[in-house]
Amino acid sequence: MIREPVLNALILAALLLVPLGALAMDEPFLITLATKVAIFALAGVGLNIALGLGGMVSFGHAAFFGLGGYATGVLASHALNYDPLMTEPFQIEGTTQMLVHWPVALLLSGLAALAIGALSLRTSGIFFIMITLAFAQMIFYFAISWPAYGGEDGLSIYVRSEFPGLNTLDPIQFFAIAFALLALALGFSSLIARSRFGLALQGARQNEARLRATGIGPYRIRLVAFVISGMITGLAGALFADLNRFVSPAMLSWQTSGEIIVFVILGGVGRLFGPVAGAGLYILLEHNLGGLTEYWKLPFGFLLLAVVLFARGGLIGLLAGEKRDG
Amino acid sequence: MSTLLLIEQVLNGLQSGVMLFLMAAGLTLVFGVMGLINLAHGSLYMVGAFACATVALLTGSFWLGLAASLAAAAAAGVLVEVTVLRRLYRRDHLDQVLATFALILIFSEAITFTQKQLTGTSLPMYLDPPALLAGAVSLPFGIQYPAYRLAIIVAGLLVAVGLFLLIGKTRLGIRIRAGESDREMIAALGVDIDRLYTLVFALGAALAGFAGAMVGAIQSVQVGMGEPVLILAFVVIVIGGVGSIRGALWGALLVGLTDTLGRFLLPLGFAEVMDPASARAVGASLASMLIYILMALVLIFRPTGLFGARP
Amino acid sequence: MAEPVLSIRGLRKSFGALTATDDVTLELRRGEIHALIGPNGAGKSTLIKQIVGELRQDAGEIRLRGEEISALPAEARARKGLARSFQVSSLASEYTVLQNVVLAVTGAQGRAFGFLRPALSDPSLTGPARRALARVGLGAREGVRAADLSHGERRSLEVAMALALEPAAFLLDEPMAGMGPEGSARLTELLSGLRSEAPILLVEHDMDAVFALADRITVLVYGAVIATGSVAEIRAHPEVRRAYLGEEE
Repeated sequence: MIREPVLNALILAALLLVPLGALAMDEPFLITLATKVAIFALAGVGLNIALGLGGMVSFGHAAFFGLGGYATGVLASHALNYDPLMTEPFQIEGTTQMLVHWPVALLLSGLAALAIGALSLRTSGIFFIMITLAFAQMIFYFAISWPAYGGEDGLSIYVRSEFPGLNTLDPIQFFAIAFALLALALGFSSLIARSRFGLALQGARQNEARLRATGIGPYRIRLVAFVISGMITGLAGALFADLNRFVSPAMLSWQTSGEIIVFVILGGVGRLFGPVAGAGLYILLEHNLGGLTEYWKLPFGFLLLAVVLFARGGLIGLLAGEKRDG
Repeated sequence: MSTLLLIEQVLNGLQSGVMLFLMAAGLTLVFGVMGLINLAHGSLYMVGAFACATVALLTGSFWLGLAASLAAAAAAGVLVEVTVLRRLYRRDHLDQVLATFALILIFSEAITFTQKQLTGTSLPMYLDPPALLAGAVSLPFGIQYPAYRLAIIVAGLLVAVGLFLLIGKTRLGIRIRAGESDREMIAALGVDIDRLYTLVFALGAALAGFAGAMVGAIQSVQVGMGEPVLILAFVVIVIGGVGSIRGALWGALLVGLTDTLGRFLLPLGFAEVMDPASARAVGASLASMLIYILMALVLIFRPTGLFGARP
Repeated sequence: MAEPVLSIRGLRKSFGALTATDDVTLELRRGEIHALIGPNGAGKSTLIKQIVGELRQDAGEIRLRGEEISALPAEARARKGLARSFQVSSLASEYTVLQNVVLAVTGAQGRAFGFLRPALSDPSLTGPARRALARVGLGAREGVRAADLSHGERRSLEVAMALALEPAAFLLDEPMAGMGPEGSARLTELLSGLRSEAPILLVEHDMDAVFALADRITVLVYGAVIATGSVAEIRAHPEVRRAYLGEEE
């Protein structure tokens, strides 16, 4: 067994060293793969706040991931077409600046999480799962049937968005941006987990009646956590759009929601670095199994099944043992 | 707008409603009795559709295909119940969601693989309605409606009646209802609970397979066809109330009608106030969200659904 | 006479044909320990659930310090100063002893929306929490997970969490249940001193403890109050002897 903080440091170091090594060996594809890991991990860190800390099984986080993506896509496409977003009552121009895309993505996914959470959290358990899934599907169908931004075909972003002082088209520099945001989100998530809010949130998961008896209403606590969770996943979506220079309704699909859950579970639910380990493992499997067979999701499905049935702590649980609080 | 067209759309709404009911009934039964949320229910729908299409392709008989769909979906249901799902009844919802998500991946890839081996492609398959039900029938008021779609409505309603009789009147139904309220008691009565669960699951799977086969003949048969229907069935259950077969029926009809009529009426309605192209776009986008808005309203006013237990 | 801290008037609750709470009127006065006793199935739990807000009454009112609280959810009643312990220990079992009590202090201070500062290094939270733990004798066990506590320790932790709320009234549901003699004695002494801080409505099966502690006793049978009075009055009450004590002894 490895102590969890040591394991976390190793995971983070691996995520940093692989692309640096790839840079030295001139393997830009590996850097892109590592960037993908960082972005998926960021989406998972978001979900982990709702799922791991709050015990809210959201099967609708694709909604936030996709909305974040569309925030980038829509703003960038208006800017690249020199077509203002709106002219009445005042003019809003598109932009290619990440520093504008991110707040917009955070705001948009936060508002969506507020609306979806406010409704879904009136229920719990299986209802909550079905409702989050359904609302995400609603946004998915809306994106398909709304023709202005590519509908079913999606929206291309011809040039990757810009960040002051960096060349975002250089894979390693774009990786640095994704990695920095992931590190920030991990730090924030770790602070939250230990804070008064995190104490109450995890208390709500363990024993709702007890939380009420101490004078804390679980609904507002969960709702705020759900919004924070959706915003972080939305930020990941904005980066993912830039990584692919493309957004499409696929980002909003139920499969994406499932995959974000898988990142969290493969790594270990409620473990700070679970999503990082999980996303890394997922990309590794996709890349290696995908190289062996076009039906790679078949063995992957069996593996996932085995993890659920026999290794519930995920990768971090396997390596660092049971979770210790405090 | 002609009244005839509207009546035809109402019939289409009913048709999609009864098919949704077949899906939702199985889901809600499995949840009510075993406490399991089964995302792979859509896969059983797909298995039914593929079984029907393949057997119909090989034998030329839709009816053999239909029989095969029931058998294949029930068999697939029993297989996953015995090997996997049985271990999950006492686990939390997260485990159930993940394991059944894994089953979706497995089913989808396995079907893609099998189809490729059998037919050489993984393109969508098309299934023709049986000759007996080809063409249109004349209904009162001079309405012409496809015979096959009418048959779907009738078949769906018959299955619904059969299901209500099964649950309400038979020994098996009594056991199922007892299983919903109290596992220990029914075990104490000497009922083999494992067999009961497997049977309930097979029943739900067969209903899904039946729906898949019936719908397969009016849409294309392809991998991934089950999940959109699964999510609609979830909306039905949220509206109707978890665990309630009656709620599933009313919820399904409500969702089927709202969806179909929304797609038909909203673009027409918007065309009154804006130009036709925008009306189509706005109408279609809004129509695609209509049933979810309906679900949101139910959640606001009746959080446990229209027929759900507990106030 | 001073206004009672907790006052329940005309409370009714039925489940179908069964009347679980039948026109119950009860007062908890400043400085007293008021025991609520009654045979099993008398409706004590149902009454407690209505007072804390887990169940909504059909009729009647519940006032805390003069304020009507019976339409409020459980968490709002707790914030108004109603601290309860659960009949069966109900703790955040993955949390340590200290984390459980810090959670209670957080709730009592109405400060659950703090995101950045670690709760366990905030002396304004850990200070009151440790004081409450010391009072119930769990001071040395603060790092142990609640799930790993002995039964008696869990009961004590329940009481510590109620203490940490610094409430206007305590509502303790069988705090001694399953405790060893030593624990019971310590808790009896603690509760006895506690009544000067806030009155206690005590549901308890241990009659020795009830007679040792209670200032007044209310007897509930089939959902209705059949007697309220001092220990001596209740001991002498013929109806109580017949309906309740007669069955027990």
